Amino acid sequence: MSNDGGEVVPGREEAGYAASTASGGGFRKGSFGVSGSGDTSGFGGLVRVEPGGAVALHSTERPYGGWFDEVTDALIEAVGAATYAAAVQRVLVDRGEITYFVAREHLLTLVQALRDDEALRFELCSSVSGVDYLDSGGPAADAGRPRFHVVLHLTSMTYRRRIRLEVAVTAEDPHVPSVTGIYPTADWQERETWDMFGIVFDGHPALTRILMPDDWDGHPQRKDYPLGGVPVEYHDATIPPPDTRRSYR
Amino acid sequence: MTTTHDPYAGSRETTEGRVYTVTGGDWDQTLGTEAYGEERLVVNMGPQHPSTHGVLRLVLDLEGETVTKARVVIGYLHTGIEKNTEYRNWTQGTTFVTRMDYLAPLYNEAGYCMAVEKLLGIEIPQRAATIRVLVMELNRIASHLVALATFGMEMGALTGMTNGFRERELVLDLLEEITGLRMNHAYIRPGGLAQDLPEGAVEHIREFLRVMPAQVADFHKLLTGQPIWQARLKDAGYLDVTGCVALGVTGPVLRAAGLPWDLRKVDPYLGYETYDFEVPTADTCDAWGRYLVRMAEVNESLKIVEQALDRLAPGPVMVEDRKVAWPAQLSLGPDGMGNSLEHVKHIMGQSMEALIHHFKLVTEGFRVPAGQVYVPIESPRGELGYHVVSDGGTRPWRVHVRDPSFVNLQATAAMSEGGMIADVIAAIASLDPVMGGVDR
Repeated sequence: MSNDGGEVVPGREEAGYAASTASGGGFRKGSFGVSGSGDTSGFGGLVRVEPGGAVALHSTERPYGGWFDEVTDALIEAVGAATYAAAVQRVLVDRGEITYFVAREHLLTLVQALRDDEALRFELCSSVSGVDYLDSGGPAADAGRPRFHVVLHLTSMTYRRRIRLEVAVTAEDPHVPSVTGIYPTADWQERETWDMFGIVFDGHPALTRILMPDDWDGHPQRKDYPLGGVPVEYHDATIPPPDTRRSYR
Repeated sequence: MTTTHDPYAGSRETTEGRVYTVTGGDWDQTLGTEAYGEERLVVNMGPQHPSTHGVLRLVLDLEGETVTKARVVIGYLHTGIEKNTEYRNWTQGTTFVTRMDYLAPLYNEAGYCMAVEKLLGIEIPQRAATIRVLVMELNRIASHLVALATFGMEMGALTGMTNGFRERELVLDLLEEITGLRMNHAYIRPGGLAQDLPEGAVEHIREFLRVMPAQVADFHKLLTGQPIWQARLKDAGYLDVTGCVALGVTGPVLRAAGLPWDLRKVDPYLGYETYDFEVPTADTCDAWGRYLVRMAEVNESLKIVEQALDRLAPGPVMVEDRKVAWPAQLSLGPDGMGNSLEHVKHIMGQSMEALIHHFKLVTEGFRVPAGQVYVPIESPRGELGYHVVSDGGTRPWRVHVRDPSFVNLQATAAMSEGGMIADVIAAIASLDPVMGGVDR
């Protein structure tokens, strides 16, 4: 089985992998200069998917198991069924962790309830960060897809529980309400997420760059941020950027 | 008073007011006859300052010796480690993350590897888990000793520094013997460990356990009872539990405020629930309490190391699954550390398939099923969390590190505003930030 010519590999079409030659569409380009599925062994047919696999696109059915149901019920009770239904788009239970996919308009309502409700008590905001899911989700992904996910990890020190909230926004409108008013610890972490991904946290007291220099252009951890090569003073040679080197292509 | 003109130490008007460049000498001389309009003085401390633990810059607003505003500027040591891991395979990620918090490299490796293992859904062998606990606790001792040493240095107790670094050397010798390197070990790998404990390591650790308690006691004799030491630390850098939790501060700082929050106890991993140790706390909420908590934690870590040694049973240190496990155990040859000779003989002389397998696994790496996990562990500085995302490929899609130094450093303003400028040093030293971890 040869898949080094960039042609569609026989047998892949019926499996739904026909688009493997479309540039930038859905498929990770493979190691060692292989175009197509990126699978150098010829067995895997590697497809880039949104983390959580195909399941990430739908909700886990209730009951979620363990204390996940308790927390979800307490949350519904705290914010009201109507708000919960509008705020939480999907709930995913994977590898023993629960993720709530939240609409940004309702983020602060939810976070406030999660921190203050006696049955929830998520006192500590462990981490705020971003993930760029550029061109994940297959070739059909349209330009207005929400590629940036802001991820909040909340910890309940009272009940010893951890949950994850995710807010997805598009590159054209990368605005998320800031949680610094509820969790002051989010201050620097939101600044870092702005610095690295260009996500704007509305209501943040001073959203400035934190790790990169103040006059830096662009947001380095975006997946489409160009990587630099290294000029070498030898026969016009250059070291190409890592993503265009043979093993990373 | 004669004012000599210094071409390098002038003053100029800026939008923020007059800025003076000072090259030494008397403040009165610098100001000359210019009248001070107000007492407010903005001082840049760092990024090159011996008591800022590396390249940390503080912008302090002073009124006399009182700090009215403290702003922290970071980023001088940013090396893009999180981004770099996205262009290396899962195993190579270990060698990057170990360079973040360089005083606790084994915690970075362990947190990262536990996240990868959780994504893979694999369990590491018992011996690997025990050795991980063993080396991590040795690392905690080394890290706390540096914290105490630099604490001493910054407070002017220079013998504390020399003693701390001398004791740390004992631990580094052990880690060098076990992993081959003093720091940046890349010893813990997804699936287990790079290699088993070398011959004689157990005896050397036992010897260390015999020596160390007396050294810790010496530390107490040297510093704890000393009136100057107490006067410098007590009531400096005050932050209570409410402040800690609001600002996300964890680790010894939170425990010194009275909350026994230690992830080894409240959310155990690697079998920590089976070890017998205490979580030291203090109720002073200040630098003094943090010093005492760290001292006590060194003793607790010694206890854990001893228990780990006792339960060390022979067995593999890497998972059985050959699709994940590094093909060869490393061993020391005449030309240095490398693949074991038996393995080289096997792949070069006996089995073509083994050679292909080795090549594929080492060059391309293994695949990790798509998904995301958050794995927190208790590093010497607090909650070290790894948020790792996989898209199903041979490289991480995203590795975010919730570094405790980064989060804890936010408390600088809360700890030092309204206090004396000398207490700023005590407050930051008691936070024990490592800039490699802050800036990543």
